[in-house]
Amino acid sequence: MLKIENLQYSVAQDGKETGILRGIHLDIEDHRFIAVTGPNGGGKTTLAKCIMGLVEATSGSIRWNGTELCGMSITERAKLGVRYGFQQPPRFKGITVRDLLTVASGKKLSHSEECALLTRVGLCAKDYLEREVDTSLSGGEVKRIEIASVLAANAPLMIFDEPEAGIDLWSFSRLTETFGALRDRRDATILVISHQERILSMADQIVMVSNGLVSDIGTPEEILPKITGETVCFCKAMEKA
Amino acid sequence: MNEIEKNLLAEIADLHEIPEGAYSIRKDGKTAGRNSTADIQIVSKEDRDGIEIHIAPNTKKQSVHIPVILAESGIQETVYNEFFIGENADVVIIAGCGIHNCGNQKSSHSGVHTFYLGKNARVKYVEKHYGEGDGTGSRVMNPQTNVYLEEGASMEMDMSQIRGIDATNRDTKIHVGDRAEVILTERLLTDGTQSAESRVDIFLDGEDSSARILSRSVGQDESVQTFFPCMTGNAKCFGHVQCDSIIMGNAKISSIPAIRANSVDAQLVHEAAIGKIAGDQLLKLMTLGLTEEEAEEHILNGFLK
Repeated sequence: MLKIENLQYSVAQDGKETGILRGIHLDIEDHRFIAVTGPNGGGKTTLAKCIMGLVEATSGSIRWNGTELCGMSITERAKLGVRYGFQQPPRFKGITVRDLLTVASGKKLSHSEECALLTRVGLCAKDYLEREVDTSLSGGEVKRIEIASVLAANAPLMIFDEPEAGIDLWSFSRLTETFGALRDRRDATILVISHQERILSMADQIVMVSNGLVSDIGTPEEILPKITGETVCFCKAMEKA
Repeated sequence: MNEIEKNLLAEIADLHEIPEGAYSIRKDGKTAGRNSTADIQIVSKEDRDGIEIHIAPNTKKQSVHIPVILAESGIQETVYNEFFIGENADVVIIAGCGIHNCGNQKSSHSGVHTFYLGKNARVKYVEKHYGEGDGTGSRVMNPQTNVYLEEGASMEMDMSQIRGIDATNRDTKIHVGDRAEVILTERLLTDGTQSAESRVDIFLDGEDSSARILSRSVGQDESVQTFFPCMTGNAKCFGHVQCDSIIMGNAKISSIPAIRANSVDAQLVHEAAIGKIAGDQLLKLMTLGLTEEEAEEHILNGFLK
């Protein structure tokens, strides 16, 4: 179980503290597929990075299966089975797709395992395994390799930060199938930050994060109408008008 | 050979025993073993220290090993080797120099290599420099390489020096004929107070000649590196220079690529970049379970592969 209590993260800006996360509370049962959505700048990515340890929370608690993650290094969290797919993955000169998947899985993969992983993200192993993860790859290709690197470990907690960003429509359809299959396996807890209705609608629960807080939580049937029905649902000023 | 010498040979030429085919092994200033074959003749130079390697035309799928090892402290030598590669030959030449210096005197090797490639000859040249030993004497290598490619010839040069050499001053000059091609890859890692300077001049003299220089280097600690890759286009040709360096610690790296066109049909490109390891690269690998040190090593290994 992932249990987040009163999670806060603030930064100093122009001499005063600005709260990016202002007290997040969230309980996520094992093997649930959770979509996290909300307006830009609301704190979604910061929340995900706090879980992975890429950003150290100012205060509060993140417990994964009873173990407190706050204060742990990124590596320690990864070894506990936490994985995070970057919204904008870095590129590496000289490191091939195969190298990255080997590191990601923690073992030498068989060719059929490599193929299966890349097929899940819509890439052909023959064309990509020996390619370097450098600037010769398009944004969409790097993004798919990033998703494969998260899937490679069969980790019990996987966080994806806008996996659909930069991926073309045709591939997006393949990607939603991949996430659907991942959900149906029910062997990992999955958090997906997304703005896409097709991803949101397949979630067990949608968590709305805005202004550094969980502003709403519920099933897609409960939450989606609020998002699609009101274009101003996150803006208090516009709601009043 | 003792264990130190065997280890040096393994490091520079992947040799664990006497190689098959043609070879000449030089140890502490003397010939330690030599073999010629029907197609590849290796003979000592008469006018000065060094060897001549004559590869007959049409020799295919053969290799020549010419490693040099210095295991005694204090040896300083300059060796002149000439390679005559016949028309249509296709061979691999594995050179390399290993210094083990456990004394307090400077050990240095300067290899002056000149290659003459006949029409349509193909050569893959692998050169590895390696140094070890806990003595206070420095380990120095100053290679000079000259290459002349006739019509249709091609040469792939893979030169590396990963740690261990205190000072190096490398000078490479390559003349490329009609439809000839050269691909030069240079990989370098310096640490401590080591210094390395590399000058490469490629002259694209022939019609439709082409050349690529790919230089990858890592400077760590207090080390200093300077690169001067220069491509001159004297005819209809294509040349590309790419220099990438990762800078760490208090290292200093200068990368000064130059391209010169003396023909309106010369097409020349250069790219150069120096930067530290990006923070998000380290973070990404740490999210996969590597420690920061392991992530750094993985990035450097990939970069210099």
